[in-house]
Amino acid sequence: MSAILDLASLADVVLAVTALLLGLWVILTADALRAAIGFLVYGLLMAIVWIRLDAPDIALTEAAIGGGLIGLLVLGASTRVPPAPVARSARRWPLHLLAALLSAAVALGLATVVLSLPDPAPSLAATVAAELPATAVENPVTAVLMAFRAVDTLFETVVLVLALIAFWSLIPDASWRQPLAWLPLPHPSPPLVLLARLLLPLVILVALHLFWIGASLPGGKFQAGALLAGVWALAMVAGVMQPPAATQRLPRLLAVIGPLVFFAIGLAGIWLAGDFLAYPLGVEKPLILLIEAVLLVSVAVVLGLILAGLPDAREDRP
Amino acid sequence: MSSVTFYGLLGSLLVGLGLYGVIVGLGALRKILAFNLLGSGVFLLFGVIAQRGAGAGFGGDPVPQALVITGLVVAFAATALAVGLLVRLGESAALDDVEDAPEGES
Repeated sequence: MSAILDLASLADVVLAVTALLLGLWVILTADALRAAIGFLVYGLLMAIVWIRLDAPDIALTEAAIGGGLIGLLVLGASTRVPPAPVARSARRWPLHLLAALLSAAVALGLATVVLSLPDPAPSLAATVAAELPATAVENPVTAVLMAFRAVDTLFETVVLVLALIAFWSLIPDASWRQPLAWLPLPHPSPPLVLLARLLLPLVILVALHLFWIGASLPGGKFQAGALLAGVWALAMVAGVMQPPAATQRLPRLLAVIGPLVFFAIGLAGIWLAGDFLAYPLGVEKPLILLIEAVLLVSVAVVLGLILAGLPDAREDRP
Repeated sequence: MSSVTFYGLLGSLLVGLGLYGVIVGLGALRKILAFNLLGSGVFLLFGVIAQRGAGAGFGGDPVPQALVITGLVVAFAATALAVGLLVRLGESAALDDVEDAPEGES
């Protein structure tokens, strides 16, 4: 028994040291592309850390979004932004020292807080467990996202749409009607095209499965939506699917349908169940499923559209 | 030391590391990555608090866990906006990176 425990804590140490070294690599390596790849690997490591912390829902989200999507976004951007100026460390070392001292102080302060957290820890787990049957959902994290803290989830999806609007507001007027151009490769290699064709149906199936089991097991719309956005991005990279333009109506409609339906059901709850975002008795499960389904569509479309990037502003100058 | 406390210390170190990177990182893209490291440390602290609140048959307190999931999605949206701004800045002005301008050279 103790051998198993020792092995587990050894794994903890290896995970933590690797994560810290990757973090250092992301900050200190000379090349932005290498930093982006380092961050991608870091995200996957963090997903394992979340498993060690008994949070499989977060692990799935971290692997898909923290590792995959942010990595892809930054990887693409690292080839588009001008290279950083070479540091002349001789003149900057006092600043570096000061920053290091400040950061160490913050880390030390946080570590002190961690070591002096109250025991027993305050927890809402018992309250969630007591109220869980009322939601007809078995996964407690999904219940929190969709019922107990539904207002957070609603405004989070609104934030996603706002981020897309802000992102698209960066498109210059001249290229407003051009397709989004960050992803497609000019000459995708045949193996990549084949991979995209094989993965596309497979990942859609996996995402739908993740979405469906989210009511009772780890999974849900965010994880499934991120997967769908990722495979859509792969299809656009390989040229299997063409990226849309910001002016097309269908992607825009799909991007907002989730928050709109969620908000409408929330408003209807004022009359039918006595409170904003309250679900009427007896139809909680179908309503939650409906909201989750439209949110899945919106999350996938918004994340995918963001990954598709902006039109190329350099080609079409009038 | 329990593995939960251990990961709490890892979270604290990651916040410090991210903060250091945000201050001294080379180029704006690196600063965005460092900011995400900082955020990941904060999420980890949240996760540790969630795990300490385990009870009622759950592996952790589901409320902070749900907050981390929403946080991850919003962090992606914010990162995307920052990256978009950066790319447009490079395209439209062909300016130098927004890294501290090399003094004494220009």
